Amino acid sequence: MTNDLIVQKWLNSIPEAKGILKNIQESGKQCVPKIGFPTHKEEDWKLTNLKRLSNILELNINTNKETNHQIDINNLPNPGKDYFRILLKDNGNPQDKIKFPKGIEPLTDSEIEKSIGQTLEECQCHKTWPIAINNSSINQILAFKVNENNLPGIEIIIPANSKDFNSKRILIHLEDNAELNLLEVILGSESSAQSHIIEIVMGKNSKLNHGLISLGGNKKSNLLSHIATQQKENSEYSFTFIQEGWNLSRLEPRVVQTSGNAKTNLKGLQICNNNDQIATHSFVKFNGPNGELDQLQKAIANDQSHSIFNGVIEVPQIAQQTKAAQLSRNLILSKRAQIDTKPQLEIIADDVRCSHGATISQLQEEEIFYLRSRGINNESANALLLKGFCQEILKNLPCNSTYWTANFNDLIKGSE
Amino acid sequence: MTKIDSTTLLEIKDLVASVEDQQILNGVNLKIKAGEIHAIMGRNGCGKSTLSKVIAGHPAYKVISGNVLFKNQNLLELEAEERARIGIFLGFQYPIEIPGVSNLEFLRVATNSRRKEIGETELDTFEFEDLVRAKLDLVQMKPTFLERSVNEGFSGGEKKRNEILQMALLNPSVAILDETDSGLDIDALRIVASGVKKLSTKSTATILITHYQRLLNEITPDYVHIMSDGKIMQTGGPELAIELEKEGYDWLNKYEEIKGDKS
Repeated sequence: MTNDLIVQKWLNSIPEAKGILKNIQESGKQCVPKIGFPTHKEEDWKLTNLKRLSNILELNINTNKETNHQIDINNLPNPGKDYFRILLKDNGNPQDKIKFPKGIEPLTDSEIEKSIGQTLEECQCHKTWPIAINNSSINQILAFKVNENNLPGIEIIIPANSKDFNSKRILIHLEDNAELNLLEVILGSESSAQSHIIEIVMGKNSKLNHGLISLGGNKKSNLLSHIATQQKENSEYSFTFIQEGWNLSRLEPRVVQTSGNAKTNLKGLQICNNNDQIATHSFVKFNGPNGELDQLQKAIANDQSHSIFNGVIEVPQIAQQTKAAQLSRNLILSKRAQIDTKPQLEIIADDVRCSHGATISQLQEEEIFYLRSRGINNESANALLLKGFCQEILKNLPCNSTYWTANFNDLIKGSE
Repeated sequence: MTKIDSTTLLEIKDLVASVEDQQILNGVNLKIKAGEIHAIMGRNGCGKSTLSKVIAGHPAYKVISGNVLFKNQNLLELEAEERARIGIFLGFQYPIEIPGVSNLEFLRVATNSRRKEIGETELDTFEFEDLVRAKLDLVQMKPTFLERSVNEGFSGGEKKRNEILQMALLNPSVAILDETDSGLDIDALRIVASGVKKLSTKSTATILITHYQRLLNEITPDYVHIMSDGKIMQTGGPELAIELEKEGYDWLNKYEEIKGDKS
């Protein structure tokens, strides 16, 4: 069957959305055939395993049958009083059933209608294939606004049902001066796909520490994720994200500083084992002066895995005095692993300080010898160095993430 | 019957070794006994650091011939980590920075490897913190050093003090300190030297690899060896280092010529 036929069959099988989501679904369904299935001729998709991408469309859509997850989501540790947990597993509007802490309230239908898709458009990704298929399959949205600081953090756990295409949509408004710690945990399940989109609008002087831990569980699970954020002046957005254990994972953090004068910190880590293909496509645009970006992207590629990083930074004429630094650091631990990393700075403004760099290396023999000369065996020395490599990213996650990253030592294999 | 000298800790016999197919050591002979402090001096590239790496078991250095015995055990059969566990310590000329790994965790893992070898119980995080804090005074380091990543952002002096802290925790039988004095100001040199002196006991031995007399002013060696072209050319007492400092290495060449003429 051709990809076009697969797409058409998939569109025909989508359960109908209800209420305010109907329009979004309709526009998505019209958009999917217009955009067409991605091909290797497109720069953004040229390295993607398209066979795996088309396989996603063979899955059932949002059947929501209860299945086993890699982690028993009904027996998670108590998040404590510092965090408010939301388990995003049912269809429908989850916020109808949630009693948010003071300072956080659900968005109304009219607020959702007005806002949904707007940040994606601002971030120049509203007409892309992953967005179109999420729009087409939409059947729920978690949408809330934050209007205070000093709040408990929000932990959103997003499990997948096995053999399902699971589409999830989140919309968050941080009002002026609001502050929030947000941790999203996206889990894979047997032969499943997660289509995840979060749109974040940050008001003036707001601050968001956003962590996203995506654990595929090595179960032929797949992830397509867009994290689109627009920042008003004097806001600070710190986004730390982990990708591990996915058959195919494509995570796209996209940030626009709508009038510059804001700060963005992006810290990403890919742990690629087995036959995984894990990709990060980031995009940061400064639509005003004095913006700052600090970006560090790391990857460990083992076995026959494939790591992809494509980091676009746009600094138009208006964005004078921008300070942007992007670094991609990669460890390749197997002869059969592949790493493709591409920093892409597009600078028009002439008075800016922008730097970028990329390194791909193995663990350094001198580092290993230093540890061994202190009595630490080769295997432990490798593990300690890899843990250190990851720690530079993990330490930026919101503080309640330890439960999810505790097993990382087991996930990180030593070199061959 | 040959009487085995039980006080000999390290014995190097006709050691020939290479790195990247280049032969650097051309027959080193050296005997180190318990309670002794030895200094090895020599020009850059004469093989001092190579000797230390070969003893510590760096995999890039290949032994072509010869022997290294530690307490009558063939050291060359052992991996680097096994040598460290039985009591060989190498203080690095350029200690390696390891971002993301806390100094405390690194020191604890290393200390427990050694403790396990010598039959002592391994320490948990709390027990280890007590032990390490007691040792910090030796090198005048603040407890905040422990929270930082291994050597990352440390000054030259801090890195070398961290090496001596490791030596204090690992309690080695033979410590080889490779240019521990390089990059140190006078105060840091005194701190490091005082730490080394306190750690040198009747049952241990120390090998100081250095270019300068100033370290030997702080720690008086029992023997001074001059290396040249991958061999130990001359051995003497502390006065040899003083003479070398005064005359420079050309004096050594003249000395060799005179010696050659006489023979």
